[in-house]
Amino acid sequence: MAIVAQSSKYGRTGRTALAWVVGLLFFFPIFWMVLTSFKSDADAVKPEFLFFFTPTLENYVNMTENYDYWRFAQNSVITSVFATIFALIVGIPCAYAMAFNPSRATKDVLMWMLSTKMLPAAAVLYPMTFITKSVGLFDTHFMVILVLCLINLPIVVWMLFTYFKEIPKEIIEAGQMDGVNTWGEIREILIPLAWGGIASTALLCFIFCWNEAYWTVRLTTTDAATLSKLIEGNRAPEGLFFGRLSAVSAAAVGPIVVLGWFCQKQLVQGLTFGAVK
Amino acid sequence: MGRIVLENVTKSFGETQVIPPLDLTIEDGEFAVFVGPSGCGKSTLLRLIAGLEETTSGRVMIDGDDMTEVSPAKRGLAMVFQTYALYPHMSVRKNIAFPLRMAKKSQSEIDALVEQAANTLNLNDYLEKKPGQLSGGQRQRVAIGRAIVREPTGFLFDEPLSNLDAALRVGMRLEISELHERLKTTMIYVTHDQVEAMTMANKIVVLRAGNIEQVGSPLDLYHQPQNKFVASFIGSPTMNLIEGPEAGKHDAHTIGVRPEHIEVSQTDGTWEGTVGVAEHLGSDTFFYVHNTGLADTITVRAPGDVRFNHGDKIHLTPRADVIHRFDTAGMRL
Repeated sequence: MAIVAQSSKYGRTGRTALAWVVGLLFFFPIFWMVLTSFKSDADAVKPEFLFFFTPTLENYVNMTENYDYWRFAQNSVITSVFATIFALIVGIPCAYAMAFNPSRATKDVLMWMLSTKMLPAAAVLYPMTFITKSVGLFDTHFMVILVLCLINLPIVVWMLFTYFKEIPKEIIEAGQMDGVNTWGEIREILIPLAWGGIASTALLCFIFCWNEAYWTVRLTTTDAATLSKLIEGNRAPEGLFFGRLSAVSAAAVGPIVVLGWFCQKQLVQGLTFGAVK
Repeated sequence: MGRIVLENVTKSFGETQVIPPLDLTIEDGEFAVFVGPSGCGKSTLLRLIAGLEETTSGRVMIDGDDMTEVSPAKRGLAMVFQTYALYPHMSVRKNIAFPLRMAKKSQSEIDALVEQAANTLNLNDYLEKKPGQLSGGQRQRVAIGRAIVREPTGFLFDEPLSNLDAALRVGMRLEISELHERLKTTMIYVTHDQVEAMTMANKIVVLRAGNIEQVGSPLDLYHQPQNKFVASFIGSPTMNLIEGPEAGKHDAHTIGVRPEHIEVSQTDGTWEGTVGVAEHLGSDTFFYVHNTGLADTITVRAPGDVRFNHGDKIHLTPRADVIHRFDTAGMRL
């Protein structure tokens, strides 16, 4: 017994150590980025100033004075919030229908939705650019919101579907016996019961929207440009200015890191899927 | 009113027909129990009546109106589910009030009806609690409260007691029977437990593979089973079915003798065997008798004070006036 207890203690210690190593590995780039953002561009590339240097705010001052950080941040908030709301407005009824009234095609539809995520974005870049420009939606909030909503819809529907499947069908049927119509079922029963799952899904969708760079960089120039575009815009032709780039990147990921920190529990629940019982 | 009639109703899932053409009438105020083994289609039949499943063909009539295409809520029926199906995010009060709120009743009317239902079911102390804080029996009472508050023309119960422990099941069984006596409303109750069926029903509908095997009062089914299936399904312990020469003596392919219709003796009797297991319940004793040459095991129900031990020789005498006779197709002769 003593040997078993001891080996399980070692196992636990080993797992904790491994978790710390993995955690630090993931955290290190962010730590380095934040550190670099307080260095001058000259210091940022010198190995001798890796950890010890004279901190400066010049990169942040430069960013807010020359690049209008707040406009980019505002665009990121607007596009991410509305894309998430629209994805939920479409995704909740869609997942509800598939979870509680499945047909033979439900499984195939779900797989098809997910398969669209496997399509290389570059394959539709030119048609998308051409179409948005020809209909006058290039560099508009509407277009960015639409694209962000659509690219995240498969994952939103999948996650919601998984949460909704956890709700016993009898509860929905009890609602039907009690005289609720379809919208009533969603409003009165489904949403309150799956609230945790919906919040997790919304949070993840928001993070994905915020971090999206491929389309937001390519379908915007100034009016609807998000923080991704701001980072991309700091790639100067004369070379990379690591201090400046790091400040912009830190300012771009900062809000989402803070949000993620406060919503850790929901995020873990969202990523591990489902526990509404 | 609450007369429910099924006319030539069928149900198929894809290619599989689970309910072959079926006719059935449940009279107003009756307590009908659908009973049968797992997968016999009894819950499907209940759901067809509720409107939670669509019929493949045929009609569901309630009080003379064709309700086949009508939504569940508009059929005037209330259902109690096996898993209670309470709304876990709502208090007991809100659960019971929910159908009334959906029917857009006034708040004062809702309050009065909820109080009335709570009084009927002894739920007054739990009205502000959530379902998760209640025991199984209390939850089931809330589910019944949610059903009665609508004053439906009929109640549908889908194995409502199968999640409860044995003692609670007996208590709830009595409560539901008393409720029926008080409300005099049509009730349809699905169970696989023949004891529940026998104790609660006015009318039992025995189902097998979607077919109605027999419809009748509990005692009709007990005394006059139409076939071997009903004979062996109704009654506990199950009827002894004997084939071969012994059945031939009664001009039958198979004879059926209920365990309580066999007399036991140490000295003489029609049949002889060896006692296997003896189950002493106090009031009764069940003997499982082997080596009779009639069937693998003959089950006997004797008074509690009759003593035989494992391996004892035992003599059995069936009561001649209650022997059931069946033909080769298993139908009653």
